[in-house]
Amino acid sequence: MNPLYLEVSVVVLGIILFMVEAFSGAGSKRSIVYIGFIGLLGILAATFFADPALLDSSAAYARFYSADPLAIFLKQFTLLTTAVVLVMALEYAPTVEAGLPAERRGAGLGEFYTLPIFACAGLMWMASAVDFVMIFVSLELVTITLYILVSYLRRNENSLEAGTKYLVLGALSTGFLVYGITWIYGVTGQFHLATIAAKLPALDQATAPALLFGFGLVLVALGFKISAAPFQFWVPDVYQGAPTPVAAFLAVASKAAGFIVLIRVIQTFFVVPALQEKILPLLAVITGATMIFGNLAAIPQGNLKRLLAYSSIGHAGYLLLGIVSISAPFAGTAIVFYLVAYLVMTLLAFLVTTIVAQATGGDDIANFNGLNRRAPHLAFALMLSMLSLAGLPLTAGFLGKLFIFECAIEEQHWILVILGIITVAAGFYYYLKVIRAMYWQQPTDPDAPEIEVGGPAKLTIALLCALIIWIGVYPAPLLSLLP
Amino acid sequence: MSPLLSLILIPLVTAAFCMAGAAPRRISLFGAGANLFLSLYLLTSYNLEIGGFQFVSENILVPAYGISFSLGADGLSLVLLLLATLVTFAAVWVSPQGEKFPGMFYACLLFISTGAIGAFASIDLFFFYAFHELALIPTFLLIGIWGSGDRQRVAWKVTIYLALGSFILLLGLIGLWLAVPEGLRTLDIRLLQQLGTAGILTPGPVVYLLLLFGFGILIALFPFHTWAPEAYASAPAPAAMLHAGVLKKFGLYGLLRLVVPIFPQEIQQFAHLVLVLLAGNILYVGFVTIAQKRLDLMLGYSSVMHMGYAFLGFVALNQLGLGGMSLMLFAHGLTVATLFALCGEISRRTGTLEFSELGGLAGITPRLGLLFGFAAMASVGLPGFATFAGEIMIFFGAFAHGAGGSFNWFQTITALSLWGVVISAVYMLRAYRNIFWGARGSAIKDETADLSSGVRWAVIILIAVLLLTGFRPGLLLDYLNPVFAYLP
Repeated sequence: MNPLYLEVSVVVLGIILFMVEAFSGAGSKRSIVYIGFIGLLGILAATFFADPALLDSSAAYARFYSADPLAIFLKQFTLLTTAVVLVMALEYAPTVEAGLPAERRGAGLGEFYTLPIFACAGLMWMASAVDFVMIFVSLELVTITLYILVSYLRRNENSLEAGTKYLVLGALSTGFLVYGITWIYGVTGQFHLATIAAKLPALDQATAPALLFGFGLVLVALGFKISAAPFQFWVPDVYQGAPTPVAAFLAVASKAAGFIVLIRVIQTFFVVPALQEKILPLLAVITGATMIFGNLAAIPQGNLKRLLAYSSIGHAGYLLLGIVSISAPFAGTAIVFYLVAYLVMTLLAFLVTTIVAQATGGDDIANFNGLNRRAPHLAFALMLSMLSLAGLPLTAGFLGKLFIFECAIEEQHWILVILGIITVAAGFYYYLKVIRAMYWQQPTDPDAPEIEVGGPAKLTIALLCALIIWIGVYPAPLLSLLP
Repeated sequence: MSPLLSLILIPLVTAAFCMAGAAPRRISLFGAGANLFLSLYLLTSYNLEIGGFQFVSENILVPAYGISFSLGADGLSLVLLLLATLVTFAAVWVSPQGEKFPGMFYACLLFISTGAIGAFASIDLFFFYAFHELALIPTFLLIGIWGSGDRQRVAWKVTIYLALGSFILLLGLIGLWLAVPEGLRTLDIRLLQQLGTAGILTPGPVVYLLLLFGFGILIALFPFHTWAPEAYASAPAPAAMLHAGVLKKFGLYGLLRLVVPIFPQEIQQFAHLVLVLLAGNILYVGFVTIAQKRLDLMLGYSSVMHMGYAFLGFVALNQLGLGGMSLMLFAHGLTVATLFALCGEISRRTGTLEFSELGGLAGITPRLGLLFGFAAMASVGLPGFATFAGEIMIFFGAFAHGAGGSFNWFQTITALSLWGVVISAVYMLRAYRNIFWGARGSAIKDETADLSSGVRWAVIILIAVLLLTGFRPGLLLDYLNPVFAYLP
């Protein structure tokens, strides 16, 4: 099967869902989620049969579209995330309904279920983008969809505030990106990454500052996407204010795509050792700052979504550590493995948060007090995800960190490794805070009924829990799947 | 299914049953008892003439890194497995009935046991480390939910301390792995030992120090010991028994298993550093122990103090010292477990552990008094108990180091450490007198009950094993000595 059809089918799926929403009349709109979920899983299955050999290398699109294993992997990653986000959105429906000025029941829900699918298509294109123009266009498709989704709860001030912040800073980073691309184009006369890489070694030394300046600007824009310090200021507010499923989407899919693009851009520039020497220290500083900021700022947080936001910054730091050590033979696999582990545990955390926040009326950590009594299974699932995020052995998160740190040690980035160890220890503190709330504290309302969980959500939670342990204990099958 | 795998799975499955809502106490006792018998069976069916690692099973999980779920046991691991199952059994047995959330409580105890057993039975570096880490969370929950005193702060402190120690250890282990020449890369502890003794694997001083301090924090090496006494004072008695008696031995086991075969030169190079620190354990912490006014804190400090002897055996680096150290691991584990069990009983009867409020308890609860007396003597290291056998071997081993000529560092520190025996006698006998003899304390009432028969038998078994291995240390040394046969 030609990989080009993958994105096309996702867009077609989105349009079909819009049609269903338009003609299905009032109601709970559950059918949209079901169709979308099944459609996404179908396309996910199709990715395994995508054959890059079918791409016509002489066609015009071949200049900006690639279907290498990395791209296919990210497409699968994005499809899976979107499917889980749809399940989350289903659980989140009551809050959305309350947050919209609706005339009739279910108005506005359909779009909330459908828009993530378009963002998914954008991310899938981003995964295949090997040309600065393509990177820019797909990035905008994703970002504009997310502008809408972040500020979706129009009656909720926090959501609106998050939307505004995301819009202003997102626009700013887009500006940086375009400006950076311009500089790189000015020096090389090319947009295509592979052609740039081929031209770089022959370039005059005098152009290096201009090239580095352009790269720096692109790095700022991508740093915004992956929430690397010092471009992370929007993250906590946006995650906290945005609807929880959207926050999960931002934290997982959007970030992963940012990393894949970053890897592609960096590999382009690393062909010249002189450039690599100049870029590495810069990246190392960003990595250290991201690890420190994310993990230390997470410590005092009292809101779980905010805590997850800071933790996602911290995890971006560890992923960056992998990128800094990209010359190690195993680094590529280590980064991708980390992304998978991160997907599983973060989605699980957001899913449980969505459900519990609905039942208890808030997503402060205090709302999780005594959850063990009210919903032992949810508490266990959240504990598992927190332990994995913290990096306890025999969970997916531990192996992810182990592989990354191993690469960093091999490349002898000692200072970063030591910083990493310290911040991981700090991480234990704030992740355990959540466990403490669930298991140690008394529930605020001891007579509250058990929390009800919908069927699809229950199934997804069980699946994600099993994946965390399975990947953590027996990662060989996953490793053999990774590019 | 290999017997070692059953040894790991039985507590794990039992814990799952407990959490799922089965009658937790009964099923835990059954699981722990089955495990105890299984470890005894392993000990008897181990072939001493062949030696080495037996009951080996291997399942490769990550070929790229050579991570493999491999189990195997030699004499040292078998003795520690016996310790783990014995203490688990006793801890479950003496667990008070009527705790809140009994299912979770027993599950946490069994998880700690699983972690320790898994670490002792693994011959793969990855699982050796991973199993120990796994036991951190149940410890956190046990102290946090069922602890006493300032439990929340203590639970945090312990967890952060131990996590930090584990990370330093992890760094050291990664360094160790990277030091293996390319092409021979392995996580198999057996192969690493062989490479180490053959002189092919020489990771250097940095890795040694990482491992020393990583393990050291877990063992409560001076000056990284401050977490331990508070933790044991706050933890519920069965948790303290398991942690001080079994889980803390993981660090010492790691030293014996990994550091001794691979870093003989570095151990000698940094011997002075370790000697000074262990003197801190024995003398400084010893005096701190004397100053304690509560039984639980005193026992916590005394357990930290005794770790100094273990390090003395380690740094001696000869058959005698290391054999004594491993015998002491076993003996010390049983002793602290007994003491913490009885300490929990005292606190439940009187509601306090302050020496000033206790006194004359033996007149009302003679059995408790008698058994506590035995345990206290074992802790002091009275001849006849296994602790004595272990300590005397350590002292001889360390003193033999560089004999002839004038007193060297080893002999000086050994001579100073001998005073530790006096220090132990001072605080133990004083505690014994304060609690059980003399005028009736304010917290003691006439109707205070003596030990129930269940607890009594659990404690009697522990003390009987201590006496048996004390009078016939050969029972264990037959297993332990061949492990260090390659040393002078």
